[in-house]
Parts: sequence; structure tokens; C-alpha cells
Amino acid sequence: MSEYLILLYVDEQASAAMSDADRAELLERHGAFQQKHGEAIRGGDALQPSATGRTIHTGDGGVGVTDGPYAETKEALGGFYLIEAPHLDAAVAIAADVPAPNGGVEVRPILVLG
Amino acid sequence: MTVPAAEVAAAVADAHRREWGFVLAATVRVTRDLDLAEECVQDAYAQALQTWPERGVPAKPAAWLTTAARNRALDVLRRGSRFDRLAPMLVMDDVEPAPADGEPDIPDDRLRLICTCCHPALAPEARVALTLRLVCGLTTAEVARAFLVSEPTMAARITRAKKKIAGAGIPYHVPTAEELPERIEAVLAVVHLVFTTGHAAPSGDRLRRGDLVERALDLARLLRALLPGDADVAGLLALMLLTDARRATRVDEGGELILLPDQDRGQWDAAEIAEGVALVREALRRRPPGRFALQAAIAAVHAEAPSWNGTDWAEIVALYDVLLQLYPSPVVALNRAVAVGFARGVEAGLTELDALAAEPQLATYGYLAAARADFLRRVDRIAEARTAYEEALVLTSNEVERRFLERRLAELSR
Repeated sequence: MSEYLILLYVDEQASAAMSDADRAELLERHGAFQQKHGEAIRGGDALQPSATGRTIHTGDGGVGVTDGPYAETKEALGGFYLIEAPHLDAAVAIAADVPAPNGGVEVRPILVLG
Repeated sequence: MTVPAAEVAAAVADAHRREWGFVLAATVRVTRDLDLAEECVQDAYAQALQTWPERGVPAKPAAWLTTAARNRALDVLRRGSRFDRLAPMLVMDDVEPAPADGEPDIPDDRLRLICTCCHPALAPEARVALTLRLVCGLTTAEVARAFLVSEPTMAARITRAKKKIAGAGIPYHVPTAEELPERIEAVLAVVHLVFTTGHAAPSGDRLRRGDLVERALDLARLLRALLPGDADVAGLLALMLLTDARRATRVDEGGELILLPDQDRGQWDAAEIAEGVALVREALRRRPPGRFALQAAIAAVHAEAPSWNGTDWAEIVALYDVLLQLYPSPVVALNRAVAVGFARGVEAGLTELDALAAEPQLATYGYLAAARADFLRRVDRIAEARTAYEEALVLTSNEVERRFLERRLAELSR
């Protein structure tokens, strides 16, 4: 078994513009996903919008702190699931079930330090 | 018992060509590591060269080589020298229990190996490199030569791909029935690329690279044996056979290009054509027909035509229409436009070709300019034909094609 991180990227403007009914439906779909893959899910959360973040840059002998996300992009990291799966194909099959109406998801294998 | 060295060398070479993938696939099961498996298989072939002269060539060389390679692998693993390795083990599904008695039954794991090499998580060029190296047993130098990159570049590409397989957990398994069609499509794309690279070398001084064509045919035949009911596999094998059947007539003794109208059809490979035509019939039974099956059907119409003028061009245009509708692509549109020129007249063909001039994907595709040049020449629009030939010349890197275009250009001036 290996661990994989599923990163959920969302278009924040589209997300903010969602109606309450759509938002409730999305939560419901996440609930259904968590129920279906409960055995594989090790953790996960949704994140506040990227504008609420602070980015700390280190290097060149100094530390600088700026507002906002590390990289300014149209689609920002909006949440994640940590899952356990036997192999990449199985992880991708689980990730394909993640509801992602305003973006997409990325699957990254967790690096195991030997 | 002693066997002449030449006979042993030939038997080992034959087993290398036919059985490398089988032996490696079975050895990976034991090592759960591609690099170690490759080393052990290499050792097994070396051992065969030493042992077979005295003990004779075994009745089942693949089984002998697999046993030798697996024993070597177990030896290495037992000594533990590999346990402190950094790379994670390959992910594998259940290994079936060894039979209780008699000759061990070696499972055919080649489909696993091929599907792992052609996994969609790998970059397309890495899929081709891994397949040629692991399934066909080509050396890194040979793979590098095939794709015109330096050996260190190719070695790095192969190493990166193997690391990704282990690191990302790309499984060593046959995809589920649900995944299989998409995965076979990726495998067939690799085989097709190997074939086209060999059939019309993108650059170099020869038109055809026979070694690559042979490897592609080997791979397609292997897939056909592993997946006998798959219409796409049948379609691709048919397309390759029907295309390759013309190999003896595509260049003259001086290595100069001969186009389809001028080829000596009597020299086409009748056995390959018969095999290809039977496979096309089978592949077309699936609805909707696959891309390769339709392309093979077009090649079959050419293969069965008594002459260029006796070709059923209306049938060819009709097949291109279906192909374009189901699998649209600018290159298919170009081929269809050329067929229209022969079915309905040069003017009609030129109209179709001109409609494709704005297609960005064809802007650097020399065959569009070459086709226009040929049609313009036929209707005596000499100045325009000259410009088109010159454009085609700029866009080709193949020496044989370049000389052909230069000849045509020179003929215009006369």
C-alpha cells in the first residue's frame, strides 16, 4: 500500500459565485465520496480562499513574508484528501470520483524516505 | 554432445529476438525490480552461450532462459545485496502458487510488461523507449539510434521512466477490463510509432529502417497472440502488413523513391497482403470501426487493385469520409483531398487541398506542399507547382524524399 495526496484545484471566482443550493449539493457530493472511499481516506480538508494565505520566502540570508498564495494562478489549491491505495491506477480511480465542479484534481504519490 | 558454435550463436540470437520480453516479464515477477531483472536476463543469455554448446540447445529455450534468470535473481536476493536499495519495489498483484510437481508452469507476463511500459502516466517518448528496451530487448544504444538522440540522453530517459514506475506506484499488472481499452490504445500508439518511424524514416539517408519495422511487426503479432479478440489489434497488424507489403517496390536500385502509381505491383508481398486483408475483414466487423481498421481497409483497396488506374478511388474516398468523420485529423483530411483528386479530377483535388492551407497543423507538413505541387504539375500550372515543390523541399529532412522532390522540380524546367 502507498499513500497518495489528492490536490483539489478550484477556480476561486467561480467557487465564490456559487449559489447556496449548489454549495450544499457539492458538500453532499463530498459526503458521498467520503462514504464510498472511507476505507482508503486517511485525511482531508477544504481550505479558505488563497487570499487568506501568507507566503514565507526564505533564502539569500533573509525571510520575507507576503500576502496571498505562493503562486498567483487562476486555479488555486482549495482542498486535499490523503488516501491509501495499492498503486497509481487505483489512486487515480479514487481521485476520479472526487467532485470538482470548478476545477480539477491532481494525484501525487507521497515520497517514502527509505 | 557438442553443438557447433555458429549454431548456438544463431539459437541464442533467435531466442533473444523472440523470447526476451517473455523471459524478462517472468523474471520481474521474482525481482520486483526492472533493473535487477534486466541484469539477470542478460546473465541468462550469457550462460546460454556457455552451456548450450556442451549440453545442446534446449527444446524450450524460453523456459530454460527464464529458469536461469529467475535462479540468478533468487541468488542475488538471497545474498541480500539488494535489500538496502533505495528504489521502492514494483507494485504487483497476487503471485500464483508454484505447481506442486513437474515442470514449473511459467505464466506469460508479457501483457503486464507491455502495459507497464506504455502506462499513460509516462511521457509518450518514454513509453516507446521502455517498450523497445524491455519488451524487444534492444540496447540503450540501439534505442537511441532509432530516435536520433544521443546514448546518454536515451539512458537518462529510460532511467527517469523506471524511477517514475517505482516511485509513483505504476502497477505491474494487467489493467482491469474497464481500463483495458484505453490502455491498449496507448500500447498500439507505441507500436504504430515504431512502425512509422521505420517505414518512412523522418530523417537520414535511407527511406526505410527495416529493423524498426520488424520490431513493430513482432510487437503487433505478440499483441495479436495475447489479445486474439481485439479488433484494434487486428486493425493495426493489418495496416502494418498491407503497408509493409510494398517495401520491395518503394525505392529503385539506386535508392530513389518510387511512388505508388509507378510501383511494380507484381513484387508486392502476396502473403502479407493475404494475411492483412483477412485481418481487415475481421477488424471491420466491430461497430464503429477503429481508426487502424479503416486505414487498413484503405491500404487493402490499394493492395488488391490491379493497377493505379484500376484503383477504386470512389471506395477510397468513401473510406476516408468515414475515417474523417469518426477520427478527424488534418493529416487524414489531406489524404482524403488527394484521393478526391484521383476520384473526381485534379481540379476537385486542388480545391480540397487549398481548403486545408490554413490548417496550422499542416503548416510545416511537407506532404501538403508536395501533393499540391503534384496536382499543379498535372494541370500545367508550372510556376505555382515550382513554388510548391520548393516549399516541400524546405520541409523534408529525409534525403531520399529530398532527391525525389528535386528531380520533379528539375523536370518542370524542361
